[in-house]
Amino acid sequence: MQQKSPGKLQQFFHFPEGDGLATDEFIKGLWRENPVLVQVLGMCPTLAVTNSATNAIAMGLATLFVLVMSNVLVSSLRKVIPKQVRIATYILIIATFVTVADYVIQAISLEVHKALGAFIALIVVNCIILGRAEAFASKNTVWKSLMDGLGMGIGFTFALLLLGTVREILGNGTLFGFPFFPDSFQEWVIMILPGGGFFTLAFWLLFFNGMKARKKDNHTEVHPEKESVEEVYV
Amino acid sequence: MTETPLMPSANEAGSFKMFRAMVGIGIACALAIVATYQLTLPVITANKAEALEKAIFNVLPGAATRVNYRWNGRRFEKISPDIHGRDVIYVGLDKDNQLIGIAVEAGGQGFQDAIQLLYGFDPYKQHIVGFQVLESRETPGLGDKIDKDAAFKANFNALDARLNDESTRLAHPIVTVKHGAKTHPWEVDAITGATISSKAVGVILNNSVQYWAPLIHQHLDELKE
Repeated sequence: MQQKSPGKLQQFFHFPEGDGLATDEFIKGLWRENPVLVQVLGMCPTLAVTNSATNAIAMGLATLFVLVMSNVLVSSLRKVIPKQVRIATYILIIATFVTVADYVIQAISLEVHKALGAFIALIVVNCIILGRAEAFASKNTVWKSLMDGLGMGIGFTFALLLLGTVREILGNGTLFGFPFFPDSFQEWVIMILPGGGFFTLAFWLLFFNGMKARKKDNHTEVHPEKESVEEVYV
Repeated sequence: MTETPLMPSANEAGSFKMFRAMVGIGIACALAIVATYQLTLPVITANKAEALEKAIFNVLPGAATRVNYRWNGRRFEKISPDIHGRDVIYVGLDKDNQLIGIAVEAGGQGFQDAIQLLYGFDPYKQHIVGFQVLESRETPGLGDKIDKDAAFKANFNALDARLNDESTRLAHPIVTVKHGAKTHPWEVDAITGATISSKAVGVILNNSVQYWAPLIHQHLDELKE
């Protein structure tokens, strides 16, 4: 019996027969390959705009939009773009989506645009976006690239929110602008200064690496024959 | 002697592909940016006008309406309320149509980029009575406190901007001083950790008030009409 050939749209996305739901591509960015907490990428916005939880979410969502859109477009055009000019083309695509995001944020809320200052334009040089375009989207299907962009973008937003929450609570005594402590609380000004960004990032890296090491120890106890980290986690 | 190849080489074909990809994607990106700009421009313009409108009444407490005036070099002329800009002043009137203050736009270099701000000026007491940042790209969490820090904004509740005896310039220039060192009513108390942005606000205000205060003083009767 002749098998039904997939439609053009199905071939383009490779979904669901080619890749399935590609949930692994989505989940890996949230946790296992989190761009900030594991790959330690995109440190400039991570340290610069996380002095409040609102700024962290706004920057995270703007980056998520650019990441998803650029991943989808780069993946769609991967067979058309010659490898010699791929980086220049990716930067062009990323810069376009950053400009679009800049205008859209201005249209949605001038307040948020004012709060994020120059950092919206700097999304262009966020190495997570170019990194995913080069390492993933240029070699994978549109659907997988979309899921990868979503996972990495949400993982990035999550990490920024972790930093922003701690820094705003301790540095400003508020959370999302609402008072968190009694009036007598003396703010730790250092936490919203650049130094506080480094301290908070170090704290979260220590916390997550500690958790990872603990998990590894537990696995090694259960599976003593597996020695390397890769074996345990794969 | 070398022979000239009749067919294009592999490199030439590759160059054409590169050219095609770059130009094609470049044009598509340009179109996307222009389309987004055109689509969002009316909304952004309306947002900015609304923000300015709110800011005018924010820096002029008690104002019920406003009238726009432009300085034409000799006198203030009344203009449409839709015209904005740095050469325009916004005269705030109370319910009885009495002038209660004047809002003025000012701008200058901040720490990262230009700062645009609006301040309220009381021409009777010769005080600055309100202040709001319209546009800035100061560092989030530090420089952007010039628009958020309540203690800093309290500097502008009654900042002295009196004219000298000849009414040609300020008797005391507006200056920003180190946090906690304010001793005179014409000084601005800086924000800790945002000294450059605080100083920029002082300089912008001083330049603007030095220009507008004598003009407003000399032509106050025109504005009252």
